[in-house]
Amino acid sequence: MELSLAIALGTLFGFALNRAGATNPENIINMLRFTDLRLMKTILFAIGVSSIVLFGGLKLGFIDAGHVSIKAAHLGVIAGGALLGVGFAIAGYCPGTGLAALATGRKDALFFVLGGFAGAFAFTLSYGWLKANTSLFDSILGGKVSLAETGSKYEHLMTMDGTMLGILLGLAFIGIAIAVPKSLR
Amino acid sequence: MCKYKGVLPWALGGILLAVAFLSAVLFVKPIGVSTQFVIADAAVWDVINPDIIQENTESKTGYSSPNAYLNKSGGKYAKNAANPLNYSFVFVLAMMFGALLSSKISGDKPESKQESLMPKAWSDNFGTRSKKRFIWAFIAGFIVLFGARLAGGCTSGHMMSGMMQTSLSGYLFALGLFATSIPLAIILYKKR
Repeated sequence: MELSLAIALGTLFGFALNRAGATNPENIINMLRFTDLRLMKTILFAIGVSSIVLFGGLKLGFIDAGHVSIKAAHLGVIAGGALLGVGFAIAGYCPGTGLAALATGRKDALFFVLGGFAGAFAFTLSYGWLKANTSLFDSILGGKVSLAETGSKYEHLMTMDGTMLGILLGLAFIGIAIAVPKSLR
Repeated sequence: MCKYKGVLPWALGGILLAVAFLSAVLFVKPIGVSTQFVIADAAVWDVINPDIIQENTESKTGYSSPNAYLNKSGGKYAKNAANPLNYSFVFVLAMMFGALLSSKISGDKPESKQESLMPKAWSDNFGTRSKKRFIWAFIAGFIVLFGARLAGGCTSGHMMSGMMQTSLSGYLFALGLFATSIPLAIILYKKR
């Protein structure tokens, strides 16, 4: 049962990434250099719609709060995001879109993915040292927290009604998605 | 700016992506990809050195590893690497299949041999030598996955799944990601 869900949901996600244009590195690079922001509009719109349906669904009870999963905030999140951004700009791929692009026949994506295996392995070997000698993995600002209350085991930062805040943030993302021009340069 | 071939208008693309992210949360859990690079590595590592994943009744998951990362959270990664036919790993394989399927039925795919080797933005700025592009794609992949594991997630897990749940870490991740990727892309890809 779980594996059939994995196949159905994974196929849907890969299909969506491709139709959103995210598996084409040209679109990623054009988004980052502001020459074509349609993919940015797509991403912002997707986050906004997801947020509204998620918080509405949690409130109405058709989405199980036990499925909410909040990742920890630590300095490594910012440092790792910044590092990822360097490779993202060079290649035009992130981990998911790199694998998906490889499947659509992009040969540079194969080298990206191979580099990814090497990078993930280097991190696997470095983690013990990094954990012991740096504060990269120490929780900051509350660790596994969300802004809006989700009704799950995770803490939240804002006292405002969670459903309301989740929906308002979702609307804000949709507003920005609409406001962002299709290109800036 | 031309019409994207095989790509939906931005709002429709956004809705389709939202359906994918929401379905995952509705039925199982938020989408994430980058962890599976570690699982694949560990599965191969275990074939070369069978001591790296051990069955251990004292561990929470029943598995442990002498490697601190694979042993983290009660040996969660060690367990998944010992059983690669688990939800998250199969999800990522299916994601590749989904992208292939879409590309076969008029979705986005490289339209020429040249485009299958590198995006136009690359050849415009760095020439058409594929070896150069492949070396840099490898280096970029290394940096991306090292960064993703340092952050504890990637664009799917931290940014999309995280921000839809209003998770603080999702916002921090996006901040770091765009702080470097936007200036670097503008500097690297000047010619267009």
